[in-house]
Amino acid sequence: MTTDTVNESLDDAHNDDHHDHKMTGIKRWLYTTNHKDIGTLYLWFSFIMLLTGGALAMVIRAELFQPGLQIVEPDFFNQLTTTHGLIMVFGAIMPAFTGFANWMLPMMIGAPDMALPRMNNWSFWILPFAFAILIGSFFMESGAPNFGWTFYAPLSTTYSNGSTAFFVFAVHIMGISSIMGAINIVVTIMNLRAPGMTYMKMPLFVWTFFITAYLLIAVMPVLAGVVTMLLTDTYFGTSFFDAAGGGDPVMFQHIFWFFGHPEVYIMILPAFGIVSTIIPAFARKKLFGYSSMVYATASIALLSFIVWAHHMFTTGMPLFGELFFMYCTMLIAVPTGVKVFNWVATMWRGSMTFEMPMMFSIAFVILFTIGGFSGLMLALTPVDFQYHDTYFVVAHFHYVLVTGSLFSIYAGAYYWLPKWTGHMYSERLANWHFWCSLISVNLLFFPMHFLGLAGMPRRIPDYALQFADFNKWVSIGGFAFGLSQLIFLAVVIKCIKGGEKAPAKPWDGAEGLEWTVASPAPYHTFSTPPALEEDKA
Amino acid sequence: MHTGTEQKANNQDKRSDNGKVTKKLVLIVFAMFGFGFALVPLYDVFCDITGLNGKTNGVGVVYADDGIDTSRTVTVQFITRSAKAIPWQFEPVINEIKVHPGEMKFVNFYAKNESQRAIVGQAVPSVSPGIAAGYFQKIECFCFTQQPLQAGEEVEMGLQFYVDLELPEEITTLTLSYTLYDISDKADS
Repeated sequence: MTTDTVNESLDDAHNDDHHDHKMTGIKRWLYTTNHKDIGTLYLWFSFIMLLTGGALAMVIRAELFQPGLQIVEPDFFNQLTTTHGLIMVFGAIMPAFTGFANWMLPMMIGAPDMALPRMNNWSFWILPFAFAILIGSFFMESGAPNFGWTFYAPLSTTYSNGSTAFFVFAVHIMGISSIMGAINIVVTIMNLRAPGMTYMKMPLFVWTFFITAYLLIAVMPVLAGVVTMLLTDTYFGTSFFDAAGGGDPVMFQHIFWFFGHPEVYIMILPAFGIVSTIIPAFARKKLFGYSSMVYATASIALLSFIVWAHHMFTTGMPLFGELFFMYCTMLIAVPTGVKVFNWVATMWRGSMTFEMPMMFSIAFVILFTIGGFSGLMLALTPVDFQYHDTYFVVAHFHYVLVTGSLFSIYAGAYYWLPKWTGHMYSERLANWHFWCSLISVNLLFFPMHFLGLAGMPRRIPDYALQFADFNKWVSIGGFAFGLSQLIFLAVVIKCIKGGEKAPAKPWDGAEGLEWTVASPAPYHTFSTPPALEEDKA
Repeated sequence: MHTGTEQKANNQDKRSDNGKVTKKLVLIVFAMFGFGFALVPLYDVFCDITGLNGKTNGVGVVYADDGIDTSRTVTVQFITRSAKAIPWQFEPVINEIKVHPGEMKFVNFYAKNESQRAIVGQAVPSVSPGIAAGYFQKIECFCFTQQPLQAGEEVEMGLQFYVDLELPEEITTLTLSYTLYDISDKADS
């Protein structure tokens, strides 16, 4: 414990001329333009969404606990899988990363706040409305969207259950929110870096968010476009995707995945940034190959634009197209491999300690790599015909999104919780959270590989008898993983309420400007830009 | 770049810089929104060039009388299906026909409206394998127009076509599939 830090709680009155943070109660949160407040809002929102989407997954796993239909109707099952996907992608993972960006970016680059604070407020506060529309559709006559989170036409147009309009407007609002958040991140990074912090001196965390924000700006408008076409196809008589009117349903998949594949990297590049921050801190070495990390991130982002059709190998593409998309996809393994090897090289001969952020980061490196390998298998056109639309795909993307993105979010949360709350988290509870999650998540997703290879299709509420044993294990893993996340809630609440006082820099190997301010971080930081040490890289 | 003494002036600069960058980014957003819609015609052009998705010509071609390649015989199969909820009987009069490349053929399709109301139908063709789509030339086709049928009315609809001489050697069978849609809501009045 160090005592040379000034601990200021959030409600302390500061002697400065800002007045906006004097508000109390709900108004403080409604009107706030403070990046730390907005970051907190994003993080809580995403956690609530994680539990909501998780609750839906629990019902899915309960239905799949044994063969036959026992709990829900097939149509409701479709609504569950659809909204589970949408909530997890747009409600849990993406807002969590935006929360990290809001909290940490200004502190990492020595800026007083985000560049566009009022837009920041708006971009958060429209989100709850988007999800109110989406989740609210469960309680309407039509029911919630039931056409899969990928909303392929004509399932979402001709065969829609009537929820398409709610779905489209919800996605529009989520898209606007993401775009505003991304614009804010780009402007902040371009204009508000502390003097002397050149682009190649930025922490890798900042780089990954910078590149992710550009991806968002490039593809979220395409998503907005494609859902608009769905809307007019369904309700206004256009025929973008309707073969009867000269349209083409396969074109839907092309436009959707032109958005969809970069979206995948939107959800994993920030995870790379978080892990690249944490591993050096607990290996007590500089990040191995900083500039190669930057270039690898940029090349992954660029490649993500020319691989979309690997989601559509079975739609009857010409051989040349299949080969092109297969090779481009496999090319992505190169920069991704650079990253994995860099993390391992950073740990190599480091003085490693295994606090909770490091545990989650190491789990991330191993388990994300498993997800990457199954991704490589899926990239192979000839075998993809077997894997397509089976549980193998489900296993793959849950390995990269749960043990990848979500684990990195937990790693980051444990890493910066002392900075956010001013208290150390309970190491004992955190250990419970980690080990329960690690064991259950593998029980949950690993057998899915074999189910998929054996031919169990995804998105179906029933299955053949021979899959019964594995599905039982998967469901048990699912329930255990779901419950384990409540331990995290307990950790966070306990940490906010009290605990060992955190020093300004609780991790002795940590680097970065955020550790030069007190814990908890004062409401306003870096009102004057900090001076950079010369050797900071 | 920024020093403490010039803080105020710099704040002013930063604000206008922020505005400039924001404007550029918003422009990108709108451009990409437009790009999403531009993909629609681009996709059509791409499919026309490559014959992707088995798209065939949408308006009749003039028969190019370049001779008949009697050394090759190609089987052309006809299949039909009705999209959701169109109560028509719709089928080819003959299921397949053997043609030489360059030879013009005429076949009929039978349709009957078995419902109690008038319905406008639209048949949409697709050729498999997709790579052969560009070599299947329709001179006259009922799919070029909408087909209104009164309740109980039946009709024989003609298709006149030839297979291009340039058809790749390895293709010996073409399948022409028609999907029939109910477009009464969208039909030209």
